This record gives sequence, C-alpha cells and structure tokens, in this order.
Amino acid sequence: MRVLLPIHQAAGADRALVGGKTLALARLGAAGFQIPQALCVTTEAYRRFVESGGLRGAIARELGRKPFEDMRWEEIWDAALRIRTLFDRAAWPVDLDAALREGIRSAFGDRPVAVRSSAPGEDGVKASFAGLHESFLNVKGPAAVLDNVRLVFASLWSDRALLYRKELGLMPAESEMAVLVQEMAPAERSGVVFGESPSDPAQAVVESVWGLNEGLVDGTVEPDRWILLRGTGSVVSHHAPVREKRVVPGPAGTVVSDLPADLSDRPPLSNAELSEVFRLALDAEAFFGSPQDVEWCFGKGLLHVLQSRPVTARSTPDGSDNRSWYVSLKRSFANLKTLRGRVEGELLPAMGREAEALVSIDLPALDDGKLEEEIRRREAAVRKWEGIYKNEFIPLAHGVRLFGQFYNDKIAPEDPFEFTRLLSGTGMLSLERNALLNDLVQRLGADPLLAERVGRDGRGDAEFEIRVGRLFRDYGDFFGSAGSEAGRRGVLSLLLEMSRRPPGAPEGSAGDGAALRDRFLSRFDGEARTFAEELLGLARDCYRLRDDDNIFLGRLQVALARAVEEKGRRGSGRDGEGTGRIGGGATIEMLNDPSSPPGGGVPPVMESASFLQKDRQLVGHPAGPGFAQGPARVVRKTADLFEMRAGEILVCDAVDPNMTFAIPLAGAVVERRGGMLIHGAIIAREYGIPCVTGIPDAIHRIRTGDMLSVDGYLGIVTRVAAASPML
Amino acid sequence: MEDAPALERIVRELLASQRLAVLSTETGGAPYSNLIAFAAAPDLKTLVFTTPRPTRKFSNLCGNARVSLLVDNRSNREEDFAEAAAATILGTAREATGEEREASLALFLEKHPYLSSFARSPECAVFRVEVEAYYVVSRFQSVSELHVRR
Repeated sequence: MRVLLPIHQAAGADRALVGGKTLALARLGAAGFQIPQALCVTTEAYRRFVESGGLRGAIARELGRKPFEDMRWEEIWDAALRIRTLFDRAAWPVDLDAALREGIRSAFGDRPVAVRSSAPGEDGVKASFAGLHESFLNVKGPAAVLDNVRLVFASLWSDRALLYRKELGLMPAESEMAVLVQEMAPAERSGVVFGESPSDPAQAVVESVWGLNEGLVDGTVEPDRWILLRGTGSVVSHHAPVREKRVVPGPAGTVVSDLPADLSDRPPLSNAELSEVFRLALDAEAFFGSPQDVEWCFGKGLLHVLQSRPVTARSTPDGSDNRSWYVSLKRSFANLKTLRGRVEGELLPAMGREAEALVSIDLPALDDGKLEEEIRRREAAVRKWEGIYKNEFIPLAHGVRLFGQFYNDKIAPEDPFEFTRLLSGTGMLSLERNALLNDLVQRLGADPLLAERVGRDGRGDAEFEIRVGRLFRDYGDFFGSAGSEAGRRGVLSLLLEMSRRPPGAPEGSAGDGAALRDRFLSRFDGEARTFAEELLGLARDCYRLRDDDNIFLGRLQVALARAVEEKGRRGSGRDGEGTGRIGGGATIEMLNDPSSPPGGGVPPVMESASFLQKDRQLVGHPAGPGFAQGPARVVRKTADLFEMRAGEILVCDAVDPNMTFAIPLAGAVVERRGGMLIHGAIIAREYGIPCVTGIPDAIHRIRTGDMLSVDGYLGIVTRVAAASPML
Repeated sequence: MEDAPALERIVRELLASQRLAVLSTETGGAPYSNLIAFAAAPDLKTLVFTTPRPTRKFSNLCGNARVSLLVDNRSNREEDFAEAAAATILGTAREATGEEREASLALFLEKHPYLSSFARSPECAVFRVEVEAYYVVSRFQSVSELHVRR
C-alpha cells in the first residue's frame, strides 16, 4: 500500500501516483537542488478515501443532476460546496488514517508544514492548474494535516477546477489527487521566477515579496517585479510597488500584517540574490529541458525551491484560456472587505442620491425638448449603474460563498447550506418593503369595508392611499408595472388575496440563527475568533447588500420608465410600451444571468408524433428546505402573478427581485434559474417556504393548475395528479 | 431535461442495447417478477417475448394480461446513480398465433438468434406486449412519461 511516499523516493515514481508537483520537486531534489523535506500522500490514498466513503457515487450524483453544460456557474458552485461538505464529513478508513498519521508524525512531529495539491493532471505543458486547487500553509500536527489533506482532495471538485477541466475536455470522473506535505521553509522573502517571460521569449521575469508567497499568489501583496534579459541576466526594468504588507505565519494558517518600516523602503532581493534566483530558473530549465515557472523562497540565507512547472502560454492572465477568470472566482477576504466598503459607503448612497434627484424633477413641467433630454439623461444613468451593478455588486456574492465554505470546513454540517441561517435577519430593504405591504394587508384584513371598496374601485380611503403612494414611490416597480393603472390594480388584488390568508412573518435571525452563530464562534479563540467574526460580518453585509442593490437599481429604472411614459402621454410617437425597455426586474435578471433571454423565452419543448410526453418528476437543486403540495401558478408575465392565490406553487423562469413580495403567499417556489444564493431562494428561506431551483424549462413543462408536490430537501418537483383548470 | 424526441431516443437505445427485461405479472393480488429476453418493434409500440407454457408467468398472464416491464442499463457501479437510465413499461400482453406468431418470432430471433431452438419449440408461447406508456428515469430521479399515441 503506497499511500505515503517520502519525496526522496518519489523521483522515479509514476506521475499518476504522486502528481506533477511532487514529481518535479523530487527530481530537482535528487539532482541536488535545495528542496524542503516533504511527504507525498498519493492518489492511492485519495482513491481509498473516496471509495470507502461512497464519495464517488455521491459526486457522480451531484454532478449528474443535469448535463454539466446546462449548469450555471452558481449551480456548479453549489454542487461543489455540497461535494466539499461530503469530503468534510467523510471519515478516513481506519488503517489509512493510522498509516498517514504515523507517517506524518514521524516526519514532521508538530513542526509547521505546507499542504499542497499535486494532481496528476496539473502543471503539464498543455494545462496549468496553478491557483485552481488549494494549498494550505503553516499547518501543525498530524490531525490538522489530515484535515487539510481532505480539503485539498475536495479542491479537485471546486467550481473553478470543474469549469477548467471541462474547458480542457478532461473527464472529471477520472480525476484524482495527490497531496504534497512539505516542511515550511523559514521564508523571509518569497517569489516566483519565469525563466522565460510568457509575453517575450527573450526575457525572464522575477517577482518577489517580503514574507510568504501566498500574498503574491492571491494578489493581496503587490510584488517587486524585475524584467531581465534571458541571454545575459541584465536587468531591463524594476518595478517597485508601495510595500505595505506581508503574509506571515499566524497561530494557525497565515495572516496579513503591516510591513515594518525598515523593510518597506527596500526591495526583498539584493542584486546578488536576484541573480541567484534567475540562475535557479535557468538551472531548472537546463534540468527539465524547457523554461520553468519556479516558486521559491529565501530563508536563513538559503534559496529553496517550493515548486517548479513548465512555463505555458496559459501561465499569464493574457493566456489563451479562461483559467485566470476561474481563479478570480474566488476573491480574497481583503479584496471583499474593500468591495463592501465601496459598495456600502460610496456606490449605494450615490445610486440612491441619483435616483432621488431624478424623482424630484417635475416631469409634466418640462417642455418637449427638455423632456427628451431628461430621458436621455436617465437612460445614461441606468446604463452606468447597470455596468456598476455587474462589476461591483454581483461579486459581493463571493463574500457569502467565502463564509459558507469556511463555515462548512469548520463545522462540517449535515446541511451544506446551514450557514445561510446565520445570514438572515439583516434588515434587507426588500423585507422592509414586504413589511410595508404587510401593513396594507393587515389594514385590508381588519377592515372589511375598506377591502370591499378597494376590490370594487381600486382605491381605498385617504390613509390607505397615502401608504400605497409611499410604497410605489420607495419601492419602485413591481414586475414592470410602474405607474400603470393595471399594475396598481394587480398589486391591490394580490394584497386583497393576502389579506384573506395573511402570510407569516419572516423567520428572521432570532432562535436557531443565534444558536448556530454562537456554536460557530465558540470554535475559535483569540485572533482566529476575530477573523471568524469579521468574516461572518462580511458575509451578512454582502447578503444584505446583494438584495438592496436590486431595490436601488429598480428605483432608477422606474425613474426612466416614468419619463418615457410622460412622453408617451404627450403623444410624441414614443410611448411607454414601445421603447424596447423591458420591466426593470427583467433587466436585473439579465444582468445576473446572461443566459436568460428577455421574457424567459426558452425554446418550446419539442414534441413527438408517436408519443405524448408527460413529465412526472423533475429534478433541480434543493434551495429551501420543506415540503409542500398545491396547484401550480406559472408566472410568465405580470398579470399571472397578480392572479396568484394563497398556497399555490409559484413556478417561474427566475424570481424577479422585484416580485419577491408575492413569495409569502406561495406554498412553494420553483424556478428554472439554479442556485442556492439567488433571490427567490434567499427570500423563500427567509419565510421558511420550500424552494427548488434549476428545473429546466420550468415554465414550459409545468402548467398553471398542475398539482405539484415540491420537495425542498431533495430538490424534486413531482406532478402528483392530472391537472384541473384553475378558476 | 429531455424533450419527447430525446426521451424516445433514450428508450430506443435502451431497448436496443439490453437483451433482458424484468417482467412483472400478477396473480391473486401477488406480484411476481422474472427476467425475460425481449425484442422491440421499430415503432416502440410493441414488445415481443417468449415463454414456455408450464411457467408461473404464463399462468399469471392467462389470468391477468396487464404487465409491467423494466429495462435499464445499470452496470452495478456507484456511477449508476447518475449515469444509468431505466424505462418502466406498462402494457397488455397477448399470445400471438398464426402469421402474427411467425412475424413476432422473426423479430425476436433477429435480436436473439442463439435462442432459436428454445423459441421455436412447440411448447413455447410467443407474447406481444402492446405498450401504453414508458416511464423513463434518468439522472437518478428525473422521471418523464411517454404515452403511446394510437
């Protein structure tokens, strides 16, 4: 059983057993290069781990819910998180655990090690998985090492790695992972060297930071950068950044710390050391026969090789594939904190001010020329903010993801999405809006005369009308119904329906959310606890802001719609319906999901001359726990939503952020767009309503009135009996 | 999610690739299942199988012609949960005689030439199943029904 191999025995090993990283280092070590002491946990160990836990079948099932090419990135991320949680929870086979534990203990004791991926498929000439699989630094003791080995195993199934392997045409099912457990070199300075620059074959590139390489690799610390001539080693240019930070070992793992002043004013490498690093790259190139991309560090005056791989065109962000984009899918904590600050402190307030300014303009008072100008101004504002939404707001979702993965790694919960319960109750604007709606609903419920009047005339008493006015002013258009009489009547009819069967209040964060939070935080002490609290705070903010941004964008879109309507009223040949502008919510949907065509126009389901198809059971993603049965209400357009009755199953292409107010009325939510962290799922969970997402062609395969049972635990929608038309 | 033509293709491939089906019959309220060799007509609306007369299934079919069959392509590995497809077939079985028996036998033996002496033996009955519906299961739990238009 070759589950563990010392690196000095790995130079002649099979690449399929030890992986590319181990093999390259082992060969360098055998040739006399300075490498850290290391052990390889082989693919044999990986195979035994996944087979004993039944993980192979579970992975196949997670990735087999629908064809991989039909899965949105969010769905792939969700599947990856569920797979990672399976790895978190799986036990090591007893004999394997004993063998690894003993091997690691006798090699390293409690000395800190780095736990790095070494997949057989990575670091070839054709493909580089740099940054796609995970590595962990400063891990101490066999138990912690094994936990991290398990996470490196799981990173074979990360969203990023899955997408990249798909692009390269590699079969995920056949992928395996080895792990290199490497003694931490005492790195005072670190860096990478490209023996041949990916952008200019006559040059070499050296990048270096103070402290550990992690800061350079994940972009937290900007490196010094030298361009050298390959032929002579002479320096062509040196870019010196403002040196402020370095990554250093913490109590466990690493921390970013301020760079002492005496280090910040000089580069990490002297000229002699720069030459030594350059020479190392050429030596490695001579040894392997092709230019190398070498990760190295200086410690106690010695230059260590941490890893070496061939330079490929894919090694740079401007390479020929999307690896760098896949890598960017994971944002660092520091990066997200900055983003949160900008979104909350600058962008959302600016957006609010802009919407406020637009709304305050008295449109009927403008002459035709000024109105035309105003429309163009509003179009420009909406375009600008849609761009910001895409580039700045959507990535906030990564804050939630970062926390989710961290939480699961620590707690290994049975439900991989348990972490979302720590995020609710953040006072999202859409919940405030729904509270306003609830107030109207209660008024209608308490006052039968008012309800009768609203049902008959579409108008209530003065008090009621003031509140309705405020609702429309503050909370934009409902499903593109801004300002129109039909839209107003539709919303009121829905409120009347809600008043006949008042929905429950959101479950909020009281109760189990608080208990889960306490349990989570109790796992940490000292600095680690501070970090955990900060990360949770970041995730809660991101969760809330990701909802609020839709409300703000909705307000801008309403402002534009109002101006266009005003022009329509004047009969100048450009009416509100004919501008090609779809409802605000649908635009938001397109920003969030470019695969979604306007109006949810999925091609109709194909039929057969010989057979009549009836879908019995549709499989999607479990996005909100619970079970419900009821008739379907398929929502394709505004009017469909307004006809919704309490307890019906809301079936739609995607829950539009501006239609979430109807969710409390639904018995369950079913949508085509997949994902756990999408709008409909978030709101459904807030209200404790079962939710299944990612049902292909949902609005075409299900008809209004079909009797459905919705299993939000398993992600299954079943048509339970023949449909009868709803009246 | 597959549409009808794609489901039809799945059924066609299943019926072509698999030699055996599980046949379920019934007597006195007690279900009974066993393996049979089968063949499918090109339009997928009829299946043919053969059975000696002194068998339980023959006797059951004489009492109740309603049958259910199961055809699947599992390979007894964990990946089956994601990759295997199965079709549950509902229909009515009827013994073929005369020319129909000969035509049905030809269809059956085209697929199972090695069963010639068994199927042609005088005591072996040839059954035609008129298919009402295929319930197609793929990706572990995705279920669609194909009802035969007649």
